[in-house]
Amino acid sequence: MAHTLSAATARAVKTAITTKVSLDGLSIVFRRDGSAVEVLDRISLEVREGEFVCILGPSGCGKSTLLNIVAGFLQPSSGQAWIDGEAVRGPDPRRIFVFQERGVFPWLTVEGNIGFGLFKLSREEKAERIAHYVQLVGLEGFERAYPHELSGGMKQRLEVARAFAVNPDMLFLDEPFGSLDSITRLGMRKELLRIWELERKTILFVTHDIEEAVQLADRVVVLSSRPARIRRIVEIDIPHPRDISAPRYLELRDGIFEEIGLAHQV
Amino acid sequence: MTPNVSIRRWEPYLWPLCATAAILSLWSAGVWWSGTRVFPSPVAVERALAELLRKGLLWRYIGDSLFRVGAGYALAITCGIPVGLLLGWNPAAAAAVNPVIQMLRPISPLAWIPLAIVWFGATDLAAIFLIFLASVFPILVSTMNGVRNVPPMFLQAGQNFGLSTAALLRRVVFPSALPQMLVGLRIALGVAWLVLVAAEMIAVTSGLGYLIIDSRNAGQRYDLVIAGMLIIGLIGLGLDFSIRHLETWKSVRWGFRHET
Repeated sequence: MAHTLSAATARAVKTAITTKVSLDGLSIVFRRDGSAVEVLDRISLEVREGEFVCILGPSGCGKSTLLNIVAGFLQPSSGQAWIDGEAVRGPDPRRIFVFQERGVFPWLTVEGNIGFGLFKLSREEKAERIAHYVQLVGLEGFERAYPHELSGGMKQRLEVARAFAVNPDMLFLDEPFGSLDSITRLGMRKELLRIWELERKTILFVTHDIEEAVQLADRVVVLSSRPARIRRIVEIDIPHPRDISAPRYLELRDGIFEEIGLAHQV
Repeated sequence: MTPNVSIRRWEPYLWPLCATAAILSLWSAGVWWSGTRVFPSPVAVERALAELLRKGLLWRYIGDSLFRVGAGYALAITCGIPVGLLLGWNPAAAAAVNPVIQMLRPISPLAWIPLAIVWFGATDLAAIFLIFLASVFPILVSTMNGVRNVPPMFLQAGQNFGLSTAALLRRVVFPSALPQMLVGLRIALGVAWLVLVAAEMIAVTSGLGYLIIDSRNAGQRYDLVIAGMLIIGLIGLGLDFSIRHLETWKSVRWGFRHET
């Protein structure tokens, strides 16, 4: 225990000094049928190396759009995203975007999917890397299975493995567990945290689920409804594994509920 | 236990066999009852088939017909798939060419027969050309649509992993469009076999289509006509069965609604 604590402290010291992502006044306006729809309004944010940041907002507020800009799939109307001090100009294999489980390639096996981005490696290295990630996400025995033979949770783990396999330094996750049932979803959060603690990638995680954000993130960025602005950034100062009935957890969670304007009584 | 299992195994064949037997007996009874001299009975057709076999015509005609269909179909694949990929990938080119394709598509290949004979004479090439025309459009259009329907998510994922455009086409677009392409290939093969008979009635002096028209012209041999029709039907069934089999390949199976 003492060992892990000191490791965590060392990491905190290291990560405190390096900025991974810097968003500088990102705005985007979509033009549809002659009318302009403002989706993002001057989003500015800094993300530290190795940090787990959740972007939280109501459905349709533009949080996926924001993630697509940072990942390089969309150009902002104004402002600029910077990663490692470089302006984002397009998608990059150093930063992998994880969709909901529909993003796995249905014509490839589990092995084929995990190995998809490893075309620059030698055959042995590739096989080794695949075996490692098959094991890491617990898909042993399903190496030759096709996605349609897997459950939703397994497909999601497969997609996470495919992303981690190319050893990116950053991951974008767009409501990755949104289509899973609530029990599988809890398991997947645990899995993701476990892998993140092992591999220490910077993670930007988009969700509309307040509980999910507070369980996972180092910081939660709360967005307003459209056009999305940053309402508040909440530091989640609870070490993992988090006790979701602890007073501090409930306090942070309820704070966000109130921020969004929801009473937590149904 | 065992008798039950063996009944289960035979069940898929049992009812089709019963139905075929029933139709054959109806056919026999109809010929016998009406006393027709034009329409042959099943037995007469069977004798005609034996005659074809004895003269060595049956296998030769089947071979010739399959060769023509194979050549025209292969040509349609080699043209239709690359052009379909190109047009599906490049919406501007597709928009430019699409009106012409959609205008040519509803013209029956049979309408091209006069031109085919002018260009190629009464040769195999004329028949192959007609089969090519009949099968190229379903292949081209299904490939084009398959490429257009590739989910943007797959393209984004491919780009994200750093694939070049060529690699993206080969490793994402092609396999993603493949199930829809297979549907087009299957339709095209059916149409090719349909058109073959008409093509062989006009352009050439061998093959199953020729057998039918020649049997009628040379002595009103309707037993041979029906024999030819049966063989065409059986081979068509076989072709469809084989191409359907491709849909069970593991890497395209996701695109079809098969039970596991």
